Amino acid sequence: MDVRSQISMVFHLDKCIGCHTCSIACKNTWTDRKGAEYMWWNNVETKPGTGYPTKWEDQSIYKGGWEKDSHFLKLKGAGKVKGLKNIFHNPNMPEMDDYYEPWTYDYSKLFDAPESKDQPTARPVSLVTGKPMQVKGGPNWDDDLSGTPDYARQDVNLKNITQAEQEAMFQLEQMTMHYLPRICNHCLNPSCVASCPSGAIYKRGEDGIVLVNQNKCRGWRMCITACPYKKTYYNWNTGKSEKCILCFPRLETGQTPACMHTCVGRIRYLGVMLYDADMIKTAAISNESDLVTNQMEIYLDPLSPAVIKAAKENGISDDTLEAAQKSPVYKFVKEWGLALPLHPEFRTIPNLFYVPPLLPTMGKVEDGNYHNSAKELFGGIENTRLPISYMASLFSARNEEIIKDVLKKLMAVRWFRRDETVGDQNKEQLEDILKEVGVTREVADDIYRLTSLPTVKERYVIPPAHREEALEMIEDSGDVKGNTGFGFHHKPTRGL
Amino acid sequence: MYNDFIFIGLPYAALFLFVVGSVIRYRTKPFSVSSLSSQLLESRILYWGSHAFHIGIVTLFFGHLIGFLFPKSVISFTGHPTRLLIIEISALAFGLLSLFGIVTLIYRRLAFERLKNITSKMDIVVYVLILTQVISGLWIAYFDRWGSAWFAVSLAPYLKSIFLFSPKYEAVAAMPLSIKLHITSAFIFVGMVPFTRLMHFLVYPFVYIIRAYQFVIWNWDRKTRRSSTDFNRGVKARNN
Repeated sequence: MDVRSQISMVFHLDKCIGCHTCSIACKNTWTDRKGAEYMWWNNVETKPGTGYPTKWEDQSIYKGGWEKDSHFLKLKGAGKVKGLKNIFHNPNMPEMDDYYEPWTYDYSKLFDAPESKDQPTARPVSLVTGKPMQVKGGPNWDDDLSGTPDYARQDVNLKNITQAEQEAMFQLEQMTMHYLPRICNHCLNPSCVASCPSGAIYKRGEDGIVLVNQNKCRGWRMCITACPYKKTYYNWNTGKSEKCILCFPRLETGQTPACMHTCVGRIRYLGVMLYDADMIKTAAISNESDLVTNQMEIYLDPLSPAVIKAAKENGISDDTLEAAQKSPVYKFVKEWGLALPLHPEFRTIPNLFYVPPLLPTMGKVEDGNYHNSAKELFGGIENTRLPISYMASLFSARNEEIIKDVLKKLMAVRWFRRDETVGDQNKEQLEDILKEVGVTREVADDIYRLTSLPTVKERYVIPPAHREEALEMIEDSGDVKGNTGFGFHHKPTRGL
Repeated sequence: MYNDFIFIGLPYAALFLFVVGSVIRYRTKPFSVSSLSSQLLESRILYWGSHAFHIGIVTLFFGHLIGFLFPKSVISFTGHPTRLLIIEISALAFGLLSLFGIVTLIYRRLAFERLKNITSKMDIVVYVLILTQVISGLWIAYFDRWGSAWFAVSLAPYLKSIFLFSPKYEAVAAMPLSIKLHITSAFIFVGMVPFTRLMHFLVYPFVYIIRAYQFVIWNWDRKTRRSSTDFNRGVKARNN
């Protein structure tokens, strides 16, 4: 057993209101720079939808992630042979138009325009060329289904559901959607790290954050292809790749990442997960239907004496162990089994988990009226508006049983709360339901509390970074007067 | 005097700049070392331009290198007319390939508004240098042909004498202007490496071939960098 610690996250999709506040917080903090304008380290997508960059989930286009080749894993579109062969031109790399061309507006025209019969307008100006441009798309152009056949109908996951289900899904009165906020998954088997020819991308041992060393990156851009979530971006100005850093300067000082801190719906949870690094390989190589189950095996119980002993032997501090024991992520993912990884079939073992949405799933329309309470509790799950197979395509590598289990548990908690607050439910039936999903009344109450009433400190359990011992988590930081504190004492200007 | 400058002064200045400049840039401004790829902004034409140019120029570089390192073997190999012809034709073909590549790349820079914006002055210098080098090379290949044979006899000793710090340029000084131009611009090219994006070929990632796929860095020991599989090497973590 090789115990390590990882900062992991849970996003509760039922609570996401799709306000994009997280995206804006991230943009203003990190990517409001020349060359980075088009990057959204945090973005919010509408599902069904094509996402950002367009159709990122379709690995037949972008060749991201790993694929199983009998008994070993290989990178789909990168790796030692392909990486060095494609170094002059990477055939599977998205272009700027797959993301969007960033723009601003010529606001000064509103003030400077000479007097005329027409109102002055601020024309869109490209942030790449500096010339006026026609805006064709943006990072959230598929927001709220967008109402055209270009977005929801083009969702890559639709190929995993039947034609009849698709038709039912897109009938106007059946139309449904949910939001999917995405950041870097800080994977346990990161394909960006594996694909980097320069060895610039690495996983930080202490907390598992995946970072790009800007001084080592040479712009070979294999990571752009290799990340199946398209969460590494190429800065066209500096010629370096960049990605979500999980706000490590904030984490190291005990603050939550900007996207989480600003989350209006309070959908985000962050905490430590202890995992067994020896088991990564077995989990990553397992059969598609077992991927989620085997990934869950990697994460260790922070209260088990054997795990604590092994963790201490590996130098994990008591503070971190304590944080792991309080981790809301561990509760959602392991204890309650409510949160699932996004697209586990990419085999990168992502550390960002989603509680699948119950609400758009359960709602039904009958005789023109909207019903949200199914007569038969679990009968509703089979006849969902958002088909189970669609959810399974997103969160469980098409294993529908896993999704059903989660939705049943979420539904049971709702019935439990109905019983608590209104008390009009059949008590015996409720007991049966709770028994069937394997949740006691106490656990159901815990789930409810952490879902609906958590304090900031319950949502975000950040272990101390121990900078006093590690000196600094990153090289060179703070040792030069006037530097930025992130290991840089040169302006990040484009090379000659 | 003039020859002293072109065939002794310039080469040493160029080599000095190349070695010292590259080391200084790599060590003090590592952030500036990048391929500066513009594929994100334009990909389709880059496919043809970049492949043609790089395959052509890299092959020609190694051709020149072999001629310089093993002149005797090259002379004996090209002694047979058929083999000489094959080498000449393939060298010409790779020359034309790189010419096609560089012309495509220059066209691409000019045709796309997005690329104009990120083209620096040094990029223009690089284009001029490469174009001079490729065109003069092709000129030599056509008008002063059988270079694969005479290079080993006349130019390889000159280059060798430079590296042995006893430069002898008599043979070179007697050569036609095209060859002098090719040599001069080659040394300027070498000297310009640390001042341009040409630096990127010095950081070609050979190490990737032998390194483990996954990379984990523990900050408590900066010197120890381990792969995820060999956890027990080095010192154990003191803190998390």
